[in-house]
Amino acid sequence: MNPVLLWFHTMGSPPSFYAFAGRCLPWLYGIAIPMILWGCWAGLFEVPADYQQGDTFRILFVHVPAAWMSLLIYGVMAINAFIALVWRIKLSEQLAMNCAPIGAAFTALTLLTGAIWGKPMWGTWWTWDARLTSELVLLFLYLGVIGLYAAIEDRRAAARAACFLALIGFVNVPIVHFSVDWWNTLHQGATIRLFGKSSMDPSMIAPLIALAFGTKLWFVGSLLARTRVSIAEAERSKDWVHRALRARA
Amino acid sequence: MADSSAMTAFSALLRRDLLLVWRRRGDALNPVLFALLVVTVFPLAIGPEKSTLSLIAPGVIWAAVLLAGLLSLDTMFRSDLEDGSLEMLLLAPQPLALMLFGKVLVHWLTTAVPLLIAAPLLAEMLHLQAPLLPVLMLSLLLGTPLLSLVGGVVVALTVGMRRSGMLLALLALPLYVPILILGAGCVAAAAQGLPYTGALLLLGAGLALLIILAPLATATALRIAMT
Repeated sequence: MNPVLLWFHTMGSPPSFYAFAGRCLPWLYGIAIPMILWGCWAGLFEVPADYQQGDTFRILFVHVPAAWMSLLIYGVMAINAFIALVWRIKLSEQLAMNCAPIGAAFTALTLLTGAIWGKPMWGTWWTWDARLTSELVLLFLYLGVIGLYAAIEDRRAAARAACFLALIGFVNVPIVHFSVDWWNTLHQGATIRLFGKSSMDPSMIAPLIALAFGTKLWFVGSLLARTRVSIAEAERSKDWVHRALRARA
Repeated sequence: MADSSAMTAFSALLRRDLLLVWRRRGDALNPVLFALLVVTVFPLAIGPEKSTLSLIAPGVIWAAVLLAGLLSLDTMFRSDLEDGSLEMLLLAPQPLALMLFGKVLVHWLTTAVPLLIAAPLLAEMLHLQAPLLPVLMLSLLLGTPLLSLVGGVVVALTVGMRRSGMLLALLALPLYVPILILGAGCVAAAAQGLPYTGALLLLGAGLALLIILAPLATATALRIAMT
């Protein structure tokens, strides 16, 4: 069999995923935490103050990576939900469901830091702007997925229903964004561009990139750790779980 | 043959469900009563100034209609689940999506149409400017079927849960946001003398799309929830 395909088949089996995730975790956290710490330190102390916003802009180093993560995690959740519904892979159900709390946390962090940033800059904690409103709707979607998953007794039926909701939400988010865009907008446009010139000073880019990659690695680590636990919980009657837990104790 | 049997089943289902609602027609008026109460709360809370009320009227009426529809969503499959006819629908050879479209249609006919009839009264209570009434009615006419169609998907996911009220609201509201913005927004735009047909056209386009897709999604959701 093709080695990539073989790897995917092996990962679909709970014991090998459990072992693989356990091996990856120290690496992911080991790289993510120094990156996040360096990014925060550089963002707070090394980068010069903004010519317009002064020191206030430094919250960007938390706000922007968190906002990117809130969208990315929804994408990861939706892809896993799709795989779970189409090919009925149990592992994808678990992955999708474990994305939701992490994504909700990042979305809440985005809204919180955005409010703290908005107060000195826009003179208000909250405004019904397109981006803010879509982010709030995104938080409701995450909470809906978590709530639906928690409300159904049968764990697999719950995961499949919540996966379906995540997919519907995935279609809905762009629609919400464009509808509120048409309705009202204040938030600035994109300043970071992957291709071409960013309208941001180069000295600010390095810590931002460190934080962006750091949060992504941290998310993968956190997702694997959560999924390990939920797999062990779902398969608690199986022999391999007892062996794995006994090996740790 | 298959087509005719599907259509026969569809019309039989419509007749049965409408008859069931007709036998309990007191209950069918509850959404209207609820919307009336919501609309009554606003002048009491905000004050009876005519200018303020006419400013917020389109938004309040839309919110009242949306909430009334949301509260009545739970009844869409409840009695069918309890008497087992929902499982029969799942097992029936007729396409499930078509049958569920019938259910959604009955929900719209029995909750949204009375609300539509009551909307001019609600508009008068909030002193909506007379020229805006046709725009409001048109936006409600296009928007309420959308609310029922989207609501059907969500309620299918929560079918069989005992206390699904709060969860249903949490699941449905994010999906209702674009409909509410476009529906109430076009009346607000018309009030300022701005062009409003764009939003109506978007609502119409959404309706054309969801009339096909939402019943399919409802069928998928119901199959997930009932297994």
